[in-house]
Amino acid sequence: MSEARSPHDNDIRSLAEGLAAEAGALLPILHAIQDKLGYVPESAVPIVADVLNLSRAEVHGVVTFYHFFRTKPPGKQTLYVCRAEACQSMGARALETYARKKLGVGFHETTADGRFSLEPIYCLGNCACSPAVMVNETVYGRVTPQRLDEILS
Amino acid sequence: MATTTVFVPSDTTARSLGADAVAAAVAAEAQRRGSAVRVVRNGSRGLYWLEPLVEVLVGDVRHAYGPVTTRDAASLFDAGFLAGEKKHALALGPTESIDYLKKQTRLTFARVGVIDPLSLDDYRANGGYRGLCVALKLTGEQIVATVTDSGLRGRGGAAFPTGIKWKTVLGTAADQKYVVCNADEGDSGTFADRMILESDPFVLIEGMTIAGIAVGATKGFVYIRAEYPQGIKTMRAAIERAKAAGFLGENVQGSGKSFHLEVREAAGAYICGEETSLLESLEGKRGMVRYRPPLPAIKGLFGKPTIINNVLSLASVPVILDKGADFYKNFGVGRSRGTITIQLAGNVKRGGLIELAFGVPLNEILNDFGGGTATGRPIRAVQAGGPLGAYIHAKHFATPFDYEQFAAVGAMVGHGGLVVFDDTVDMGEQARFAMEFCAIESCGKCTPCRIGSVRGVEVIDKIRAGENETANTALLRDLCDTMVTGSLCALGGMAPFPVLSVLNHFPEDLKARANKPKAA
Repeated sequence: MSEARSPHDNDIRSLAEGLAAEAGALLPILHAIQDKLGYVPESAVPIVADVLNLSRAEVHGVVTFYHFFRTKPPGKQTLYVCRAEACQSMGARALETYARKKLGVGFHETTADGRFSLEPIYCLGNCACSPAVMVNETVYGRVTPQRLDEILS
Repeated sequence: MATTTVFVPSDTTARSLGADAVAAAVAAEAQRRGSAVRVVRNGSRGLYWLEPLVEVLVGDVRHAYGPVTTRDAASLFDAGFLAGEKKHALALGPTESIDYLKKQTRLTFARVGVIDPLSLDDYRANGGYRGLCVALKLTGEQIVATVTDSGLRGRGGAAFPTGIKWKTVLGTAADQKYVVCNADEGDSGTFADRMILESDPFVLIEGMTIAGIAVGATKGFVYIRAEYPQGIKTMRAAIERAKAAGFLGENVQGSGKSFHLEVREAAGAYICGEETSLLESLEGKRGMVRYRPPLPAIKGLFGKPTIINNVLSLASVPVILDKGADFYKNFGVGRSRGTITIQLAGNVKRGGLIELAFGVPLNEILNDFGGGTATGRPIRAVQAGGPLGAYIHAKHFATPFDYEQFAAVGAMVGHGGLVVFDDTVDMGEQARFAMEFCAIESCGKCTPCRIGSVRGVEVIDKIRAGENETANTALLRDLCDTMVTGSLCALGGMAPFPVLSVLNHFPEDLKARANKPKAA
């Protein structure tokens, strides 16, 4: 069966082959792909399935089960807003509303200029200094709307 | 001129409040003044309301200053902080004398915030690897008996006796056994696992190594949530250093025993904190909960006997082996032995990590340690034990921290997290969120959880909209009952607890919103 070729196919295959011998290799492979490309493209599913001798359904099932894996390219930066209880107790609901309005997008969406993706997150373990957000891998505590402006500028 | 050591925490919360910039500012100011200063990035002491908490070592006493911002660097130097002087407004005196810390019993967290997390020398100079040293002289049976006798119960939340789990794995013959650490700390209001991963990773490595040697498991995995990128990096670096020093790998410290350890990154599914779902995930599958039996201790990872414990349970093992079962057991009350690491979070003035012997009343934590709410308003409710834990009403704040006494008022200690809410909270909204969260995170294997949580949100919305309020409230209770008794695991089985606690203790908030009495 012929496949639509994507420019990432070779990278994906070599990442998958490099990790295939690990026990329970599928998650490490998907992480490696997302670390490299920023997302797990649709075209990765048949390649990874082939390398691990799994069905495409199995690989697709895993990619879509985990909130962390995304199948579309993200914006340059990803803003994760914590929605969990400790942050709720310190105004996370208002902060979430502010973030949506400021970026003009909803959760799991990317701004039209491609600068920011907005994602919900359920706990960053920063609960004694709520509310918290994370930009890429940097966590910020006690975030007010004004501080969010500074963080994003 | 002698070099002065200044500690600036590298913990996520400290960094979230600007610790990296503070470390740079202190170093720059020292250079500008020609002072010889060595900046060490320690972990956090867990006094989070004081972060970034900068410490200066004078003689053998550490003096604390906090919360420090970059703007304070020059004035701290002016006020003689390199000599530990107390003239600056941010001076707190000797760190160990700060009440919040002094009143604690730090066993599991003895080194957290004290040492450079990745310094094996610091670790060993502060009691590290003494537990393993003892364990290497014992038989597997003796190690397991020590853990059993200590009374340690699973700190992840289920509170199952750790020694019993180990004994089952020890007694099950197999060509391969595993030790798995559950570091998928997803409960809101908890950060103790993260602190171990970031601030004292070797204690977890040591605990897992002891577990492996006890039951004959040669391979271990630490399954860490993707939301903790720093914990993942620190743990991976610590494993490399332990390997290089002969504490991991083949022939651990010349004992002839092997233990290999690896970090696996999770991928944002709350359900993977459930142990069987975690094992599925480690095997590279969807994190679908397994039926039990068989228990993971008999058929766990890849079908092999597996110890699966929470970070805090495993991190408590070294001190138990080092100081003995009796030492540990002598802390605590009733069947809750040893210490509990309470994580005080949410709307609280002085949030942080509080390790104490079991038995301390909840209100002592909320008021003496916490100092009430951050907003200065009265505390209305406290959610204990994460998103599946009940909201505790003020009338139960005298309850002592003890698994059984918490259960007696319908609450749970869980992983030790406390989320404080002031009197502006809408408890109806909190009940709705409990169901919403369950719907988002359900693995979908069993119907009560998968469908029940979605229906739960709908029924709560109807009640709040004033639609057949009485009938729908009865329906909500019925639905909760179905989920509690019919779900496969704790997610669907416990998500109704916060909802029921709102129905039972805050019924005025779970009504048609127009009828709701105004807050006084």
